[in-house]
Amino acid sequence: MSDLIKITIDGNSIEVPKGTTILQAARMIGKNYPPAMCYYTPLKNTGGKCRVCLVKVSQSSEANPRPMPKLVASCLTLAEHGMVVENESSPEVLEARDGVVEFLLINHPLDCPVCDQAGECDLQNLSFEHGRAETRYEEGRREFEKIDIGANIQLHMTRCILCYRCVYLADQLTDQRVHGVIHRGDVSEISTFIQNAIENDFSGNIIDVCPVGALTDKTYRFKQRVWFSKPFDAHRHCPKCSGKSVLWMKNDQIIRVTSRKDKFGEVIDFICNECRFEHKDVSHWNIEGPRDMGENSVISANKYELPVVSPAVNVDAKFVSE
Amino acid sequence: MARKILLEHIDVPGIQTFEVYRKMGGYEAVAKALKQMSPDEIVEEVKKSGLRGRGGAGFPTGMKWSFLDKKSDKPRYLVCNADESEPGTFKDRYLMEKIPHILIEGMICSSIALGARTSYIYVRGEMMYVIKILEKAIQEAYQAGFLGKNILGTDYSLDLYVQPGGGAYICGEETALLESLEGKRGNPRNKPPFPALWGLYGCPTVVNNVETIADVPWIINHGGEAYASIGIGKSTGTKLISACGNINNPGVYEIELGITVEEFINSDEYCGGIANGRKLKAVVAGGSSVPILPADLILTTASGEQRRMTYESLSDGGFVSGTMLGSGGFIVYDDRQCIVRNLWNFTRFYHHESCGQCSPCREGTGWMEKVLHRIENGHGKMSDIDLLVDVAKKIEGKTICPLGEAAAWPVASAIRHFRAEFEEHVRHPDSCVKKHLHREMAHAH
Repeated sequence: MSDLIKITIDGNSIEVPKGTTILQAARMIGKNYPPAMCYYTPLKNTGGKCRVCLVKVSQSSEANPRPMPKLVASCLTLAEHGMVVENESSPEVLEARDGVVEFLLINHPLDCPVCDQAGECDLQNLSFEHGRAETRYEEGRREFEKIDIGANIQLHMTRCILCYRCVYLADQLTDQRVHGVIHRGDVSEISTFIQNAIENDFSGNIIDVCPVGALTDKTYRFKQRVWFSKPFDAHRHCPKCSGKSVLWMKNDQIIRVTSRKDKFGEVIDFICNECRFEHKDVSHWNIEGPRDMGENSVISANKYELPVVSPAVNVDAKFVSE
Repeated sequence: MARKILLEHIDVPGIQTFEVYRKMGGYEAVAKALKQMSPDEIVEEVKKSGLRGRGGAGFPTGMKWSFLDKKSDKPRYLVCNADESEPGTFKDRYLMEKIPHILIEGMICSSIALGARTSYIYVRGEMMYVIKILEKAIQEAYQAGFLGKNILGTDYSLDLYVQPGGGAYICGEETALLESLEGKRGNPRNKPPFPALWGLYGCPTVVNNVETIADVPWIINHGGEAYASIGIGKSTGTKLISACGNINNPGVYEIELGITVEEFINSDEYCGGIANGRKLKAVVAGGSSVPILPADLILTTASGEQRRMTYESLSDGGFVSGTMLGSGGFIVYDDRQCIVRNLWNFTRFYHHESCGQCSPCREGTGWMEKVLHRIENGHGKMSDIDLLVDVAKKIEGKTICPLGEAAAWPVASAIRHFRAEFEEHVRHPDSCVKKHLHREMAHAH
């Protein structure tokens, strides 16, 4: 038997290798893929928590044509040969997704005009597609003071949706994890261990994996709306990481450095704190060219040219990477 | 008098001790399991018995045991779930406190069947006195050669440990229990893989309830068929029921599955009827997480048959007109009881105990509690009732573990069967609040 298995999602069929999840298969098809707030491909064991990627399996497999009794998390459920999945074609799935978005927005403020993540926030997109015009929630909401959890990172728990991505990242990418989730239920919060700060070389990546604006870059906060800045692919020779980054520029000044993300919003290569926080001079970077943000991104509406003043500009990416 | 399996010797003085328990025939099953039966034969007897998990889900025990990954070369574990903490359920605590050796004997027999060399009893941390009783019983079993190396001179060795839990309800969910036992935060795992393949420390593991394990020695001594002859249909054997609320005789009872609900409530052998001659209003039959049923539906099914204390009869009618046997926490309400207040109390519990891992449970349980608090305290609106139904629907079936359902089902069923009472709270908030105040003041005096 072939190692490829056939799965149909919203009427679109694809053959995928064994071990592929429904979400990954849907992403391979490339349209109508379920959203994901907690799942993150480069981080092991993520997924299953936010429940926005729930889908209906109307046929479990060719051998077992029965439907699965409940909606399943597509990020964790493995595709089976002959599996038939309903995502956006199922009213039940859309209703569940609307419900989860409503739950997530109970405590996450829709203050996008003053949030640093506006324009690149997964929850903003999700609430635009599945949110209600008015809230049904009348009770008090969670409020927190902002906390500096390291020299360069600020945590604003008010916006946190407890996706656990930053916890998994710290656990898997850094030498010493000093933060996690404390308390339980709807009073859970991300916190550092007593009097600890997140100061390892790769801590800045927790900002990139945060799907909302709860973890922010203190060197960048409130310097610019993201859609007014100009992202460039750039790299530098770094002994700690790949050095492949995105430079976010205001005029000809670097105001932020982030890692590069794929079209699903997931980091391709994690970068070190030195690249992220300490190299804000254009001369430190080899600039490859404007970053393609995808046609649906608000950032792509901003047309721009390469920076005029740039001693190390190199638009030939191939040459640069060699 | 009904037949007893677990509580047969409950009134024998000193039955807590090894000596008296042994005199009453205790630990014979261990000798039989080790010397006269193979592990597969024990599993087969348990399958024949039709024993179903007594923790609430009612999954066939023998089948669960047979799912254990036998191809794996990793160690296998048996874990006893003694994290009993559902409101209304207190049967395991009673059993462990009164006859600890029946659980120890069950653990040894079940471990032999599963090939486990190390087993754990995970007890809710608050029950420290039970932990001490169990530890003493385990020590006695070690001294008598029923635990440790080369039990009864055979080549089978077993170590048994008691592990106090963190005191969180969610740690009763089997995968959260395993996480907690491993020393981690008690969050449920995503399934699959199920513990039979990937359990404690990533090894094949069976997690069983206290009562389930305690039934095993009797099945070994008397045979699976003898056990299956008790009860009705697929509900075989006996069941411990913890009865409380407005009844004359609250307590833990061992019933033969199949007696009618009416008999259980009114018989002097069990609940002894509704206290103070009041009228029955409603029953939560299987612990606070199962749907509540009004008096007419708990006594008679929608098809007109007498409701029986079995898995099938109690769930007859689905969640429209039925409920579940669950863990056997039988809570009885008389006609003075306020359903809204009781529901708010339950929901407050589930809100407090949600682990917070997945969004619908984390946010939804708190939302329901707050809306119910408003309604109960005279600030509710008519639209709140439908809001509650909708929020419950958006939690049910969307969460990692069944705590979401446990929180949603009571809300949905209480509004389905007692909607008028919720509307009354909204229409006449003052009268409801005053009524409760009067009652609380009366209790205080």
